[in-house]
Amino acid sequence: MSAATFPPPDMIGAAAADPWRLLRLVKIGVAGGAIAIYVCLVGIVPVFAVRPLIIGVLELGQAALLIAFAAIGYVAARDRVKVSRFRAVSGGAIAGAIAGAMLTGLIAFGAVLDLRAMFLNASPVLYDLLNNGLVLKGAYVPIVVGAITGGIAAAILGLSSRVRVPLVVGLSLLVFFGLFAGLLRTPMLVTPLAGLARFLFGSEGLTVAGGTIVFILTVATTVIVRTTKPRRRVAALPPAQRRLVVGPLMLLVLAMVLLFPLALGPFFAQVIAIVALFVLLGLGLNITLGLAGLLDLGFVAFYAVGAYTVALLTSTAEYGIAGWSFWQAVPFGVVFAMLVALFLGLPILRIRGDYLAIATLGFGEIIRILAGSDLLKPWLGGPRGILNIPKPLDVPPTDWLAGPVQIYYIALACAAVVGFVAWRLRGSRLGRSWLAIREDEDVAEGMGVNLVQTKLLAYMLGGAFAGLAGAISVGLVGSIFASSIQLQLSINVAAIVIVGGMGSIPGVVLGALVLIGLPELFREFSDYRLLFYGLALMTIMILRPEGLLPSRVSRRELHTSDEILALPDDQLITDAERREATAP
Amino acid sequence: MHVRRLDRLTDVAIDVFMLAFKAAVIALVVVGSFLTLIGGTYTGADWLELVGAGLTQGSIYAMIALGYTMVYGILRMINFAHGEIFMAGSFGGYFAIVALAGAGMLSDNVIVSLIAILIAILVAMAVSVTLAVGVERIAYRPLRNAPTLVPLISAIGASLFLQYSFRGFFGSGIYAYPTPAFLQQESPIPFLSMRWVDVLVVIASLAMMTVLYLFVMRSKTGTAIRAVSEDKGTAALMGIDANRAIVLTFVIGAAMAGAAGVLYGLAFIQVTFAMGIFPGIKAFTAAVLGGIGNVPGALLGGLFLGLVEAIGPTLFLTGFGVPATNQLKDAVAFTMLVLILVFRPSGLLGERVTRKRA
Repeated sequence: MSAATFPPPDMIGAAAADPWRLLRLVKIGVAGGAIAIYVCLVGIVPVFAVRPLIIGVLELGQAALLIAFAAIGYVAARDRVKVSRFRAVSGGAIAGAIAGAMLTGLIAFGAVLDLRAMFLNASPVLYDLLNNGLVLKGAYVPIVVGAITGGIAAAILGLSSRVRVPLVVGLSLLVFFGLFAGLLRTPMLVTPLAGLARFLFGSEGLTVAGGTIVFILTVATTVIVRTTKPRRRVAALPPAQRRLVVGPLMLLVLAMVLLFPLALGPFFAQVIAIVALFVLLGLGLNITLGLAGLLDLGFVAFYAVGAYTVALLTSTAEYGIAGWSFWQAVPFGVVFAMLVALFLGLPILRIRGDYLAIATLGFGEIIRILAGSDLLKPWLGGPRGILNIPKPLDVPPTDWLAGPVQIYYIALACAAVVGFVAWRLRGSRLGRSWLAIREDEDVAEGMGVNLVQTKLLAYMLGGAFAGLAGAISVGLVGSIFASSIQLQLSINVAAIVIVGGMGSIPGVVLGALVLIGLPELFREFSDYRLLFYGLALMTIMILRPEGLLPSRVSRRELHTSDEILALPDDQLITDAERREATAP
Repeated sequence: MHVRRLDRLTDVAIDVFMLAFKAAVIALVVVGSFLTLIGGTYTGADWLELVGAGLTQGSIYAMIALGYTMVYGILRMINFAHGEIFMAGSFGGYFAIVALAGAGMLSDNVIVSLIAILIAILVAMAVSVTLAVGVERIAYRPLRNAPTLVPLISAIGASLFLQYSFRGFFGSGIYAYPTPAFLQQESPIPFLSMRWVDVLVVIASLAMMTVLYLFVMRSKTGTAIRAVSEDKGTAALMGIDANRAIVLTFVIGAAMAGAAGVLYGLAFIQVTFAMGIFPGIKAFTAAVLGGIGNVPGALLGGLFLGLVEAIGPTLFLTGFGVPATNQLKDAVAFTMLVLILVFRPSGLLGERVTRKRA
């Protein structure tokens, strides 16, 4: 945003009296007001007007507006805080008030014109919320709220980082727990902790006591972590001792990963099983896309092949052809997906870049359309689908392994295997050939990489893993319909790989947690999940084009110049000296 | 030595495979068409009806394709959100035309109705242009020097964001475009059974694309745009503001998409928040078909795609006894996309782009 660079930082002190600076506040206020109006009209404010974050104190709809105002105050104060705190607070308040005034404008407009003919959400509910139920008399309310919130945000920005960071972390986590309180409460109710759960969480949102406790705990934890700096201390330990600290921590994480679905009940088990499936898919595409750089937007094709193969071979209902057990069928699903990948990979070997993305997208769509068509209906069931697919582990429904829990473990085990394979492949001759192709196909060919074989192997391995994921997902759901094959799945998987960081295995896991896990938890906000998903994709790509957890190489590629510029001069010298000293 | 021989063998095997693939496709098309025509289920009038439908659909594809082709030409990126820009235009035009209908402008008076439609198109263009400029500014410009896949993901994000924002604004219902009655009547064009609205769509799209072609080829600004898509650095050295040229490209593409949105609404009546995805992907297909970065190519590709989509499934597949060929319309379109990418990546008219340009 050019707003961030204007005026240039060195002009800030000198140009204090510049009229442009007021204009800048107006600009931020108007832009912020547009965002606030957007948040209102898109429905987040009115729809969630009754969804509590903290019961009796704050509703989600209001919170969304407050957060918007706070963001406006923050942006307005960012430059001014370098001059003085007063200037920051006044700037934040002015910008917030301007944004609030635009909401007032919305109310006034809505009183004259029937906006509802156009925008479904421009309803009396919204207006009542904005003006405190006072109709036009209450039109000043958004202005006051905007000014106060913007001012407070600016004031927080002016605090020293020792106070500011814990405060911001505490407030953000308050919102976070407010969103998830209901989800956390449900599994706790069947444990001895039921009383505590009722005390802290309502069925939606935190109780006042819960909010206070969460806020105090998070602030305290942040303060402790910031003052003791455990990470830096561990890093400073000699290797033998570091292993003593890190080892048990890793074991603890592993234990948590394994026990997670058991501890948190069926809903979380379902969510985490889906995440594990997407980790598996992501690891598969990570080979095709992350290592070899071939963007496949038709990944769902291989998933579909794996899923339908297993479904046909195992189903005991109509369309089932063999009635095998799940485990007998899986290898066939994988191999068949691999063969389809070979068949689809052959013609498009010579297509590059974005064109490849579109060609594969075409393949994915062709497979999807065929699966739902009358042409293949006698074999695949079309929209009616294939039902009665047995679970992988045949246990009675009361068993602890029944339902999504077993799928979670199976997907996790497969993901571990696939991750291991991918990790070992990366350093191998084949893996290095993939990386070479990703960086520059022509040069790689010149260096003796056989493009045809290398690319096909990347396709086939990726396809095989997708087939595996499809097979397992059929085991999870117990049925497959033509409508389960969706373009969105291909896009999700590609987004996981790129958002996580191309070629990075931890990145895939984090990507799946963020892009699949979070939206699954937000089921309650069905209409707005994909909106936030899109927003998150844009934001992550703009702020971290290399991905959330990039592999070391790609991080260096994108940030070498920044790193060198960011280092103070003396450090540059010592670094060079160190290298000289260590040179033989 | 052994490895070398294996390599050569795979190369030969692949060549054979590609040849067989080509032969199979051609055989399928020829035999299928032959069997269908022999079967005689469809009369000449049926085919002409399909041609008419294909022309309408194709004109709309062509107009959307223009945005893809120009943006890809200048930035080498697939503007995935372009389908949503089209959808936004359609909604903008809807509200305008509803208001104008409320004012009694959609009457039997042809001139007044056409003026109303023109106003709706202008409103739609304004909405689309505003959104497209915003998307370029927020989602694409910061990523101009990032690796190629990064803007693509950002574009997918922008597309979802726009789609679900519109769902939030206007709900998930289907909006029905009000159209003046005379547009739905049969036009007196011989042979092709086209409604007046189809004629309007085809003529409007041809006219707009012609004006645009002249603008891009003749005007100074158009030359600047072409120079920037040829080579940004050199163009900048010649005193061309590359940013301005890029924004202008988005503006032109969005204006055409907005107009296409209104025409789509008039021709197919139904408008929803999710309507942009498939026309978007198809239009990109059309852009590739015609040769990317090429204005007449977009028109040709769009019309070609529209016709193949309308006639293809019936013509090629009915002969084999395939049921409900209309379901496979999209599959035929995408198969053609893949075939074009494989066998003629430069498109019908156009430069060769599979090799990345230095």
